[in-house]
Amino acid sequence: MASGNGTAEWHEETVRVEDVDLIVAKGGSGKPLLILHEELGWPGWLKWNSALAQKHLLLIPQHPGFSRTVRSEWISNIRDMAGLYARYLADQKFAPVDAIGFSLGGWIAAEMAACNPGQFRKLVLVAPMGIRPREGVILDFFQLMAPKHLYATVHDPDATPEFDDLYGGQGPAQFEHWEEARAQTARLAWTPFMHNPSLPHLLGVAADLSTLLIWGRQDRVVPLAAADEFKRILKSARLATFDNCGHRPEVEKTADFLREVEVFLE
Amino acid sequence: MHLMYFTERPYRYVPNDEVIKTGFFGIENKHFDSVKGGQLLNEYLDEKVLAEQLGYDGVMLNEHHDTAFCMGSVMDVEASILARITNKVKIVLLGNLLPVVGNPLRLAEELGMIDMISGGRLVAGWVRGGGSEQFASNANPAFNREYFNEAHEVVIQAWTKPGPFRYEGKHFHYRFVDPWCLPIQKPHPPIWIPGLLSPETVVWCAQHRYPYIALATFLEPTVELWNIYRDAAAAEGYQVGPENFGYLQKVYVAETDEKAREIAKWDMFGGAGIGYSLFGQPQWMFPPGYNSKEATQRMARQFTDPHADKKSPWAGLADGTTTSKIADAQVKTRSAVWQDTGPVDVEATRRQIFEAFPAVERSMQVICGTPDTVIPKLRTVLEVLRPGIFAFWQNDGPISKEDRLNNIRLIATEVMPAVREFGKELGLTSPFEVKPGSRPLKPGEKPRSVGSLESLQRMNGQAAANP
Repeated sequence: MASGNGTAEWHEETVRVEDVDLIVAKGGSGKPLLILHEELGWPGWLKWNSALAQKHLLLIPQHPGFSRTVRSEWISNIRDMAGLYARYLADQKFAPVDAIGFSLGGWIAAEMAACNPGQFRKLVLVAPMGIRPREGVILDFFQLMAPKHLYATVHDPDATPEFDDLYGGQGPAQFEHWEEARAQTARLAWTPFMHNPSLPHLLGVAADLSTLLIWGRQDRVVPLAAADEFKRILKSARLATFDNCGHRPEVEKTADFLREVEVFLE
Repeated sequence: MHLMYFTERPYRYVPNDEVIKTGFFGIENKHFDSVKGGQLLNEYLDEKVLAEQLGYDGVMLNEHHDTAFCMGSVMDVEASILARITNKVKIVLLGNLLPVVGNPLRLAEELGMIDMISGGRLVAGWVRGGGSEQFASNANPAFNREYFNEAHEVVIQAWTKPGPFRYEGKHFHYRFVDPWCLPIQKPHPPIWIPGLLSPETVVWCAQHRYPYIALATFLEPTVELWNIYRDAAAAEGYQVGPENFGYLQKVYVAETDEKAREIAKWDMFGGAGIGYSLFGQPQWMFPPGYNSKEATQRMARQFTDPHADKKSPWAGLADGTTTSKIADAQVKTRSAVWQDTGPVDVEATRRQIFEAFPAVERSMQVICGTPDTVIPKLRTVLEVLRPGIFAFWQNDGPISKEDRLNNIRLIATEVMPAVREFGKELGLTSPFEVKPGSRPLKPGEKPRSVGSLESLQRMNGQAAANP
């Protein structure tokens, strides 16, 4: 799915942003909802996408260097990536937009908010990276092969109905996509590892931004302690946590996730 | 011919069980005792002095990090000492890990000092570093090739371009480059590149006229890589010769074949019980962005279907000719990438590795025996590869000090004279006899191969006739 050209529910568009031919999966109808994917690439169109597409126009760009959008040499950190998406929103006149960012995508969204919170109407951050937790550490997935990294993202693969659908399965082609995603993540955030020391100091400008933080209580990738830091800085944010849930609430606790997000985005 | 002594300088006291469970990288350093380690490092330095006295032309050093396999964590420290305590032997560094040094200008100064103290006996060399080295130094593996190329540029400029000057690259920035500790050898010390048959590296060597040293690789793909070098050299307008190539060969010599084999079989576990058969765990050997697209595609096939292909996943290192037993052990390891398969069966794995030794000996990955046994085999290797540089890789494994010194002596006194005769007969010119890249090739002239697959086929034919 992650490498397809779409189905009846969604299709792909290529949008030129600066020198990047950004591949954007697009589906649904309603107000635009920007979705920023995580560090293994875009996991594909899943049930939660179909549900949200009932009332929203989903815009899911594949980050440069991930999945099928070609890497651009000048994008060398997550703040550069945030700048690219700021440009995308400005060019397309989407701002202020609703957005959901997952993990690394959450970090991109947080950098965008730190730069200009006015880009967003409402922001959902799902276990975002970008700020180092005071207790525990962000999982060093660079010391895991991609399949093991994927396993670590959920609390219980057997209790995650769509686990085998993530990324459209685990064949050789997907292995290559993962390796490309891992390489690009390393280029952007090998060190400091998956965080930006200046983000906690700059994100305060978004204290009034309507923000929903979602976290699995058993998240092994970004520990729940990181939520405290985001909540301390984003003073208007509400934190929703789910039990028996890891780093992917949208597929591990899809119903709970949708309930929180749909109410919040109303 | 240029003949060298090489050992990994292993830390010899790590329990073999730990090695089997963990591999090349990742064993906890609680198993390391600095007093024992210090004693070994001094013994290894003394071995180099002995090698010089016995007539080896060069002593070769390498560098690895966080592993019992090789204690040369900072090879330039050993090289600095050797610069002072030896007199005529070449100090051959194969090689400094350009992508992980962080400060190539300082490296240029270190090597400049070694060349000065040694009176111009340094041979420099560069490597990308294995996957685990990127973790050990926290060097971003996704920039490995870029760091390599740019650090090389910084070192060469520092050695050859009059200072002061400013250097502004992508990864390295220097506002004032004006080193005073410059090498004696001009324009700079010889540069040789060791490797495990990466075609990209071989082409790069040919373009720079740097000899390429294949590190105990299988013979047939090595000849093929020689030919890639040959063609890249032709594109640069020169004919390759033996001076463009070197080979590292594992050799164990003792008074009887049985004794030599008993020592050599531990080589299956490499220096400290860590062999190529279970070289390292994939998450550390294949860090993100480290591999070329082709290597990633190969890995993708192997990792996603462990039974589809019995070839080794350790690309280049043992590609193509591993025995099925080693392959089975590897399949077990890489299957564990997908799911935890439980603890390793240490005894079964050890047995499996030892059982593979006869095949390794047959393929001449390890040559062992009395001088009379090893000399004809070495002759075959030299006929096939025709290298101008040849390194005897000795003394890895849990070998006593007495046996190590015996091996060094027997090779020097009983084997090397014959090897030198072969070198003369086969015209194996070293880079000190013929400058690499100095044989002109006329436009349109077909370049000649240095290696000879015919010799390999003849050898294989004889082996089939006399099993």
